[in-house]
Amino acid sequence: MLPPSSYFYMMGNFGLQILVIVISFLQSLGRITMAVAVDVSQFESITMAPPDPILGVSEAFRADTHEMKLNLGVGAYRTEELQPYVLGVVKKAENLMLERGEFKEYLPIEGLAAFNKATAELLLGADNPIIKQQRIATVQGLSGTGSLRLAAALIERYFPGAKVLISSPTWGNHKNIFNDARVPWSEYRYYDPKTVGLDFDGMISDIKAAPEGSFILLHGCAHNPTGIDPTPEQWEAIADVIQEKNHIPFFDVAYQGFASGSLDADASSVRLFAARGMELLVAQSYSKNLGLYAERIGAINVVCSSADAAARVKSQLKRIARPMYSNPPVHGARIVANVVGDPALFSEWKEEMELMAGRIKSVRQKLYDSICAKDKSGKDWSYILKQIGMFSFTGLNRAQSDNMTDKWHVYMTKDGRISLAGLSAAKCEYLADAIIDSFYNVS
Amino acid sequence: MALRAAISARVLSSSSARGARSMSSWWQGVQPAPKDPILGVTEAFLADPSPSKVNVGVGAYRDDNGKPVVLECVREAERRIAGTSNMEYLPMGGSIKMVDETLKLAYGENSELLKDKRIAAVQALSGTGACRLFADFQRRFCPDSQVYIPVPTWSNHHNIWRDAHVPQRTYHYYHPESKGLDFASLMDDIKNAPNGSFFLLHACAHNPTGVDPSEEQWREISYQFKVKGHFAFFDMAYQGFASGDPERDAKSIRIFLEDGHQIGCSQSYAKNMGLYGQRVGCLSVVCEDEKQAVAVKSQLQQLARPMYSNPPLHGALIVSHILGDPNLKKLWLKEVKVMAERIIGMRMALRENLEKLGSPLSWKHITNQIGMFCYSGMTPEQVDRLTNEYHIYLTRNGRI
Repeated sequence: MLPPSSYFYMMGNFGLQILVIVISFLQSLGRITMAVAVDVSQFESITMAPPDPILGVSEAFRADTHEMKLNLGVGAYRTEELQPYVLGVVKKAENLMLERGEFKEYLPIEGLAAFNKATAELLLGADNPIIKQQRIATVQGLSGTGSLRLAAALIERYFPGAKVLISSPTWGNHKNIFNDARVPWSEYRYYDPKTVGLDFDGMISDIKAAPEGSFILLHGCAHNPTGIDPTPEQWEAIADVIQEKNHIPFFDVAYQGFASGSLDADASSVRLFAARGMELLVAQSYSKNLGLYAERIGAINVVCSSADAAARVKSQLKRIARPMYSNPPVHGARIVANVVGDPALFSEWKEEMELMAGRIKSVRQKLYDSICAKDKSGKDWSYILKQIGMFSFTGLNRAQSDNMTDKWHVYMTKDGRISLAGLSAAKCEYLADAIIDSFYNVS
Repeated sequence: MALRAAISARVLSSSSARGARSMSSWWQGVQPAPKDPILGVTEAFLADPSPSKVNVGVGAYRDDNGKPVVLECVREAERRIAGTSNMEYLPMGGSIKMVDETLKLAYGENSELLKDKRIAAVQALSGTGACRLFADFQRRFCPDSQVYIPVPTWSNHHNIWRDAHVPQRTYHYYHPESKGLDFASLMDDIKNAPNGSFFLLHACAHNPTGVDPSEEQWREISYQFKVKGHFAFFDMAYQGFASGDPERDAKSIRIFLEDGHQIGCSQSYAKNMGLYGQRVGCLSVVCEDEKQAVAVKSQLQQLARPMYSNPPLHGALIVSHILGDPNLKKLWLKEVKVMAERIIGMRMALRENLEKLGSPLSWKHITNQIGMFCYSGMTPEQVDRLTNEYHIYLTRNGRI
């Protein structure tokens, strides 16, 4: 397009007048265009986010129509009939709440006091001196995710530049949480694909090499996604190196009671560290052990060396929560408080946990037996039995995991993780066939 | 004596060698946080032993006996829900049924935007959570933008956009002399803001002042927004609660939609359904077309995942049961009207009593203002006196 000046020369005076009219018309069009341009979105350039690798698996499973399909994706417990399971104690607690006709008022920012008390006692043991000395700051959080996020925000604010070390591999959402909270992270070796076990030397070495005062994210029990936990002796050695380097232990406890069936046994790693007088962070979740997935109930705990520090830390956690969601949802907290607060319900809960953990142990056994019966190569599959909790790291690589889905309609995550909670005794043979085929025929 | 001291010193040092940090703390640098200016009032109220204490601090509805209220429609919904849920995780975007019903309330049952699927919407943790998700979304996708916030506003708005790392500016809103809207300055601020600025607007029943623009004023604001290409983000926490009629309370939003604005909106059921502690609300963003709405929704979910993974179920079930059942919905509308009318009645009674007591000051603003709150015009010192001498708890900005 030529500059307006050249048009003047070409058209002469009359043309000039026409041009002026044309220009003002175009300018008025432009004003209208500007108003119309307002309708173009501010968010024009936004692209589709990638599907969540874990929750996306369930979506794909739902879309599959094959009759033998198996959902070993997300970590939600299923009965032998592969149905969701609402615990009996939860139904009873909800009925109690319904009968009482409780109010729906705001909880305080830190959550339900009865819940916070119960959760700290479950974690450390009711007689733990730390509780009596009020050295633990507990704030109700939105399940494990929300509790981790509160802790991450606390780290970002008070330890700017400090790194969190996460295991390789770890739950996929851990890195998202630290990324969005702007906390730098790096990995420590954890899974050894050669043994399908713990790379203990690598783990210790990487923790030792981290800058002093790093936060070490540890899975309290039933490591997700591998199912591989350190032994008690190994936990002692991990605590030694953490103390030596002045690191802070940061436990993610999502399966207390669900791993072994015993609340106390599953908390032993946390209690071991606490007994040494160490300060620590602990995120808890009731999604699995009380089946309260949808109600988002958990807690962030910070064990401090003094009651004064705990009070201050609690106040700052509240300050982080207020602009996130103001105060946490009440329903799940009341259920937990009612279950733990009633001796009969608490007892019944422990039985239900043993049942759930027991079913998982038995399908592990059955899967192992099925594989061994079919695979005569002498390969050692015993890691399936050694692993603990909801998940098992099959040792399958990405291509092999894809084969599981594409050929066998077994839905799992690409890292080779299967959720045993989604496996029934009846389907163990089928799964064994799928695993053997994928392991030997796909590379 | 010296030996004993030496022995105990050795004992002390050996126990502290084990837990090298057990004497000092990692958290030494952590100061006690100040009390929240609103929620801290309730904390103080609860701690007060006086039998005549009154809490007019936090925004939670009370009946005529000062007791919390659970709506009948909510109780009925809960009875129906009992034992039916399987407790499975909601999708990251929450309950689709609840979100659909919620959008109808804000955008209108027959909204073209709904038909054309142009609204990206997710269940959020009440109004706070919806505002926070939007603030994080704004930060991520318009990183150079700021947010204009009215003076005054709900104090947590500042916290939300600050923690989302979005720089804030303010715009004139409240006119202390008239205890009404400073419309001229408001319009100046809109005109002077750079084109394409983000503005936080209270859809109805402004918190804390109770001062809302008139319909005419909203139309002018909307027009000026068009001229400037500004983005309107509505915080609607009191739909139904302001006038008693949800359709009427959404008027400001409808005006903007008629004018073709692509708005963002935070909705909350804390007050109008009395679901405070359940934390149920919704964030919506109007998009160009369905494709963009799907993309935007996916990004909102991406922000929610590392914050809480997926939202809580119980409150969402209550909402979808009530709004999805014509009879329950009718009951809800009736109950909302009752709550709003009780408040309007209280306003009149308070004003009449003040005038009857022979106050020389003008108390017209009490009935001019709308919604749950009254901006009394009291100073912080006067508020302190009310609290300390009369055990009446309110926020120090004079909000009742």
